[in-house]
Amino acid sequence: MAEIPAIEAEALVKKFGSTVALSGLDLWVPRGGILGMLGPNGAGKTTAVRVLATLLRPDSGRARVLGADVVTQAAEVRRRIGLTGQYAALDSSLTGRANLVMIGRLSRLGRAEAGRRADELLDRFDLTGAAGRAVKTYSGGMRRRLDLAASLIGRPEVLFLDEPTTGLDPRSRAVMWDIIRDLATGGTTLLLTTQYLDEADRLASQIAVVDGGRMIAEGSPDELKAKAGKDRVSVVLAPGADTAAAVAVVSAHAAGPVAVGAGDRLTAQVPAHDGITTDLVRSLDLAGIRVTSIAVDRPSLDDVFLALTGHGVGEGAGQRRAAAGGHETGEQLAGWDKGEGVTPQGGEAA
Amino acid sequence: MTSATFPEAATRSGRWHTLHWAITDSLVLTWRSLARIAREPETLMDVTVQPLMFVLLFAYVFGGAIGLPGGGSYHEYLIGGMFGMGVAGTAPGTAIALVADMSEGIIDRFRSLPMSRAAVLIGRTASDLLTQVIGTMVVAVAGLAIGWRIHNGPGDALVAFGLALLFGYALSWAGVCLGMVLRSVEAAQQLGFILFLPFMFISNAFVPTQGMPGWLQAVANWNPFSAIAAACRELFGNPNPSALVQAWPMQHPELAVLLWSGLLLAVFAPLAVRLYTTKAR
Repeated sequence: MAEIPAIEAEALVKKFGSTVALSGLDLWVPRGGILGMLGPNGAGKTTAVRVLATLLRPDSGRARVLGADVVTQAAEVRRRIGLTGQYAALDSSLTGRANLVMIGRLSRLGRAEAGRRADELLDRFDLTGAAGRAVKTYSGGMRRRLDLAASLIGRPEVLFLDEPTTGLDPRSRAVMWDIIRDLATGGTTLLLTTQYLDEADRLASQIAVVDGGRMIAEGSPDELKAKAGKDRVSVVLAPGADTAAAVAVVSAHAAGPVAVGAGDRLTAQVPAHDGITTDLVRSLDLAGIRVTSIAVDRPSLDDVFLALTGHGVGEGAGQRRAAAGGHETGEQLAGWDKGEGVTPQGGEAA
Repeated sequence: MTSATFPEAATRSGRWHTLHWAITDSLVLTWRSLARIAREPETLMDVTVQPLMFVLLFAYVFGGAIGLPGGGSYHEYLIGGMFGMGVAGTAPGTAIALVADMSEGIIDRFRSLPMSRAAVLIGRTASDLLTQVIGTMVVAVAGLAIGWRIHNGPGDALVAFGLALLFGYALSWAGVCLGMVLRSVEAAQQLGFILFLPFMFISNAFVPTQGMPGWLQAVANWNPFSAIAAACRELFGNPNPSALVQAWPMQHPELAVLLWSGLLLAVFAPLAVRLYTTKAR
């Protein structure tokens, strides 16, 4: 491809004392779209972002951002990237607007342009009302939005987002997701690290799974899920339905035996492909079998992760999340369970 | 699209260009420090309340018990020493502010911007210098209130203020280095206090060194705070018992201040820039 990729990294190695943070990371990100870098804490995600954003010098290996080497052409890289780290990198004593103007000026904007751009971003991120308040009075979600606004002041072509929603409540997270999608639509290339599987699933066009400082798998969310194996279907029959006939219908689609559980619930593994739910509904309807609900669960990215690494995303990350608050842990676990379930109400499906 | 936003960066390059941006960035960051002070004026206590407290404490509590070799007013003597404190009081604050910046992550932000590397440090020390001007004014006004006077004319007085500020500026680079090395605000506060107090007290700032044991006298006479106090006293025409001390810095206090300041700058300014650019890389 003649086009210069947004990010290319070859065999990046970075050690901190005896700890190996990156052990030969390769990465290739085309322009446009969102690359989700997924991995547990300690996988090397943050180190990778810091190397690519010129904050860390790799021990060996090479990385280029928009064709510029992150070590030898760091100034050129800095002109074209934005970085939002895990913690809001702002001056909490200054007002929101003052922070943006300052960062705008340091991003080589003139005084008037920096002010204009600050107002524009404050408006876009719904912060105009808080623009004159010190950042320390902001909520977590507002800080993250301001931090992201600060990263966008210089109109970066490549934006690094290091766990942009860690610690946010569900509403603030949804707002961040919208903003991130808008940025990608606007043509910015985003590299997003996350340990939230549903976040990678919802936002990323490509996912790089990182563990132990190297990339262990890459692909679209669906490609990765397909690698992890089969979908699981679960059908709850309406009272009075013919169980034996239903088993026969589901068996025709299943990739294995059909189990009949309590409450007339049939479960079976089915091949992972789009349309499986509609096929099943149609067949059951044709056979005159009424069902209460039907759900097909894709393997979650957690299953993918387990299949790839032999351990879950949460492992090794437990202590820090526990310290950060149980609320967060619960929310994250809920995210892992989300499959592509379809649960129609009552007899509508039948 | 962005390369079009920075046409000057692509076409004009070279030394002048770099210098122009270094100055702009430094001014922006000086403004940042001053804006912080405007929003949180209590951070100025190290150059206002602290020297004021020491002036009153020494003038009225300890002063009556301190006799000056060669005679003269202790109140007039004290103020020379207080100028050193007025300018040096910002150094621990510099260290604390930088440690806080590091832990807040804003330094990472700065590092990811296409800005001058040294500007963060130059901006910080420049705003320190401005707060040191406030510190010297506070000391001067307090001094005038307790009976201190300038006897030698405005030229010498300006040299004295200039030397004090030069020394204060040089010392704030030491504060920068401390801030780069330490990991927590608490450590910076404690270490700043531990370093600052003995430096201030083992000098002629508050009491003439003649009363100290011989070995301590040697330390005190070579302490840069003694030189700054002696230089101020000499230039303002205040009682200066250190003139009777044979140690070289006490015989040439102005030159000693210049040399100390030069030494501090030569060691700590490049070290600070080096620590800043290489930290965690």
